[in-house]
Amino acid sequence: MLSLNVFAKGKQVVKIAYLTQLQKPRPPTSNIDPIVENKGFPGAELGVEDNNTTGEYTKQFFSLDKFIVPADGDVMEIYTKKIATKYAFVVTNLGPQLTNAIADLEQAQNQLILDVQTVDDALRNKECRANVLHLLPSRAMRADALAQYLMKKRWTKWFLVVGTAPEDKLFSDALKRAAKRFGMKIIQEKAWEHTFDARKSAQSDVAVFTQIEDDYDVLVVADEQGQFGEYLEYRTWFPRPVAGTQGLIATSWHRAHEQWGASQIQNRFKERAGRWMEEQDYSAYLAIRAIGESATRTKSNELKPIKDHLLGNEFALQGYKGTPLSFRSWDHQLRQPILLTAPRSLVSVAPIEGFLHPKTELDTLGYDQPETDCQWNKGQ
Amino acid sequence: MKKQLFSFIIAGLFITPVEAETVFISLEKDNAIAVVDPIEGTLSKTVEVGRRPRGIALSPDNKVIYVAVSDDNVIKMLDAESLQELGTLPSGDDPETFALNPKGDRIYISNEDDSMVTAVDIAKKKTIKNIKVGVEPEGIAVSPDNRWVVSASETTNMLHWIDTKTHEITENTLVDTRPRALTFTGDSKFVWATSEMAGSLMILDTATKQIVKRVGFEIPGVAKDKIQPVGVVVDKANKHGYVALGTANRIAVVNARTHEVEKYLLVGQRVWNLAFSPDQKRLYTANGVSNDMSIIDLENLTVTKSVGVGNYPWGVAVKP
Repeated sequence: MLSLNVFAKGKQVVKIAYLTQLQKPRPPTSNIDPIVENKGFPGAELGVEDNNTTGEYTKQFFSLDKFIVPADGDVMEIYTKKIATKYAFVVTNLGPQLTNAIADLEQAQNQLILDVQTVDDALRNKECRANVLHLLPSRAMRADALAQYLMKKRWTKWFLVVGTAPEDKLFSDALKRAAKRFGMKIIQEKAWEHTFDARKSAQSDVAVFTQIEDDYDVLVVADEQGQFGEYLEYRTWFPRPVAGTQGLIATSWHRAHEQWGASQIQNRFKERAGRWMEEQDYSAYLAIRAIGESATRTKSNELKPIKDHLLGNEFALQGYKGTPLSFRSWDHQLRQPILLTAPRSLVSVAPIEGFLHPKTELDTLGYDQPETDCQWNKGQ
Repeated sequence: MKKQLFSFIIAGLFITPVEAETVFISLEKDNAIAVVDPIEGTLSKTVEVGRRPRGIALSPDNKVIYVAVSDDNVIKMLDAESLQELGTLPSGDDPETFALNPKGDRIYISNEDDSMVTAVDIAKKKTIKNIKVGVEPEGIAVSPDNRWVVSASETTNMLHWIDTKTHEITENTLVDTRPRALTFTGDSKFVWATSEMAGSLMILDTATKQIVKRVGFEIPGVAKDKIQPVGVVVDKANKHGYVALGTANRIAVVNARTHEVEKYLLVGQRVWNLAFSPDQKRLYTANGVSNDMSIIDLENLTVTKSVGVGNYPWGVAVKP
């Protein structure tokens, strides 16, 4: 508190809470990459630091208070006791159920919740909430980005392989939607059942599994947890590339990304956090920067003017992707280019050239205004 | 007699000293600078300079080329004739752009990675001062009257006004999102600064440090978010300014008195930085994605030629 008082002296204070819950560790498929446990928060910290650099000149101070709930703790209780009445801006790094459970609480109606974790299309459609902004691209946006690229490559015949997790089903739904939108053909769909130890026998099992009757251009995989997708490449019956959640992936951030000033923020982040920036770090950074940008422009620390500016036409957020980022008015999804990457190189950036849109090409990704099922009846 | 007269005329044609200029373009991904004969419209040669060269400028006497060699963390000095290296200047980490004072004895460098402007005494090759500015400083300019150094920080969205006598920031102006480049008008009265993400050109009054005019750009058939103003120059007569519009692949011609956009000129892809010919009759542009340089005839406002130069052309400097 002392440091806050020192820095905040004579300044307008914008108070931000950061709420997350630790996850029970899952067995890793690979030991190559270290397990990152604090995805998100270092990005938020860098965002606050950048906001406060501007704030030094504009007499604003941004405070960030971190609330980390243990894996077996009660998120709703921490929220109600410590956050509900004390903050106008809450950055949540939580799953879809908890995000909406908080958004539906009475106290949350006087708050803006910036969701930096979910990718669920439901939260941008039927289950949308007017007091929530979504920073990460939805599954539909990612699937559309992949489909645009595969269409450009004319790899139009897909072999879809889907894992057993509920999230895999959701991503496979997004892939099917994208296939339909962009005229791709799903030759066959198969579920990966985990009926054997893939680590030991991937060589023979994948070959057998992928030996399907019709030829295809690309194997498209939905395996969000990384349970088997890594084993597909180079082991398929036909020599075909892999895309989706492994192989060529669609992501909002990647360590191979260095264009448009990205190498600067990669360096700044690595220096501070001692590791590469992950997607949730990037989305948390953007969430805090979005509040900062609107607080600076409106010279305010209050919910209404800041929210109005965030959702207004003048809002332009710099996100190191070569185009200004803004929020879609119909579902509060952050519009953004999507990186298509291989493990160690950037392959392309969607929207792919040639996919046109009357307003902004960014809206060729995900649910466009005429397609949305979102109605603002909750969380006004 | 007749023969003599004829050879006299020929000789006269050859002596005419116009249009003997050379264009230097830094090539970010080739670790080199391209040397272009803009009259012939040909690439003369490519010279290696070090890792990731970006900002490039000539000394006021046109004898020395300065290049910010970003990944080597130095400013290199090259002999403008022989292109031999003359030495290096300290620059701080990751120098991107820089500006020389009118006398050419001081250089002010933007250090993007550590949020500093470094002021260096060129003769002594010594840092005079590191000046803390906002996050990711980029565009920088010294006023022709040598009163101000103005530094733009991309992430803080500020122009910082540094007094050249004290090297202290005396004022800060909040500007549109991601300010990239800036230049003073010849009389030092105004600053023209571009915002890449808001898609605007801002004109600031040096006396008040406030934005007095915002110029927007609209191009039929080009989405608003593709219009990303970057490099900007204003002619000596203060009649026209020219703004590179990045991914819109165009140069906007802006009337310097009315601030109306008079014309858009189609150039190469992701046009970046700009420089005038010494007589200000032509404009040269570095086109970052199409790897070429466009030559614009400013009397007729037409793009006359594009010259392939190398990978990721970044900055442009012209020697008479």
